[in-house]
Amino acid sequence: MTLSIFLIVSAALFCIGVLAALSRRHAIFILIGIEMMLAAANINFIAFWRFAPSPAQPIGVMVAIFSIAIAAAEAAVGLAMVIAVYRHFRTTNVDQLDQLKG
Amino acid sequence: MSAVTFAIIAILTLAAALAVATLQKLMHAALSFAVMFLGISAFFFLLGAEFVGLVQVFVYIGAVAVLIVFTVLLTRHDQEKTRGFNWSGVVVALAVFGGLIWAITKTKLLQSAPRPIEPITVHRIGELLMTSYVWPVLCVGVLLTAALIGALILVMEDKGQ
Repeated sequence: MTLSIFLIVSAALFCIGVLAALSRRHAIFILIGIEMMLAAANINFIAFWRFAPSPAQPIGVMVAIFSIAIAAAEAAVGLAMVIAVYRHFRTTNVDQLDQLKG
Repeated sequence: MSAVTFAIIAILTLAAALAVATLQKLMHAALSFAVMFLGISAFFFLLGAEFVGLVQVFVYIGAVAVLIVFTVLLTRHDQEKTRGFNWSGVVVALAVFGGLIWAITKTKLLQSAPRPIEPITVHRIGELLMTSYVWPVLCVGVLLTAALIGALILVMEDKGQ
C-alpha cells in the first residue's frame, strides 16, 4: 500500500473517463466520462493528503468535498442541457448535432 | 488496509468504469456508473476519509445516478446507432495513460506507509467549514443556487413560441 499504487489506479480511472468522453456518441455518457475524470482527481487529492508527512490538517478532504459539490452542480446543469437539446433536435447523438458546422 | 482488499476494490472499480465506457445498452452502463462510484467511495474509506466516502455515496449514487437514469429514460428511443467503436478515443486514452504512468514511475514519491492519524470527525469538518473555509462554502452556496436556477430555466417549456 504505497502512494504510487493509488496514483496508478486513479490514472487508469482518468483514462477510462477520457475513453468514455471521446468514444461515446451519447451526450449523457460524455458527461459521465467527465464525472469519472473528476472522481479520479478526488482520489488523488485524498491519497496525497493521506500519505503526506503531516496529514493533521485535512486540506485534501476539504478540497474533495468542494470538488464533489461542484461536480454535482455540473452534472445537474449538463443533464438539463441534454434534455433541452433532446427536446429541440429529438436526438442526443453528438454526431448529429452539427448545426454549427461550417 | 490490506493489499487484497485494495486489489478487489480496484478491479471492481476499473471493471465497472470500463463497462460504463463500452456497454451498448445505456441502462446497463448507467447502473454500472453507480457501482463504479461505490468502488471509489470504498477507496475513500480505505484512505481514512470516511466523511468524503459517505458524501460521495449520497451525492453520486443517491442523486446523480438517479438523475442519469431519469435522463436515459426520458431520451430513450434514441439508442446509440453507431455500433462501430471509435478507435481514436482508445488511442488517445492509451497515450494519456502511458504518459501518466511514465510520470508516476519517474517521480520520487515517499515510499513510507501512511502515518496513523486521528480520525477526521464530522465535528471537525463542520468546524473547519465554518471557520477557515467559510468563503469557499459561501461561494459553493452561490454556485449551487445558480446551477439550480439555470437547470430549471434550461428545461422550462418556452411558451412564447
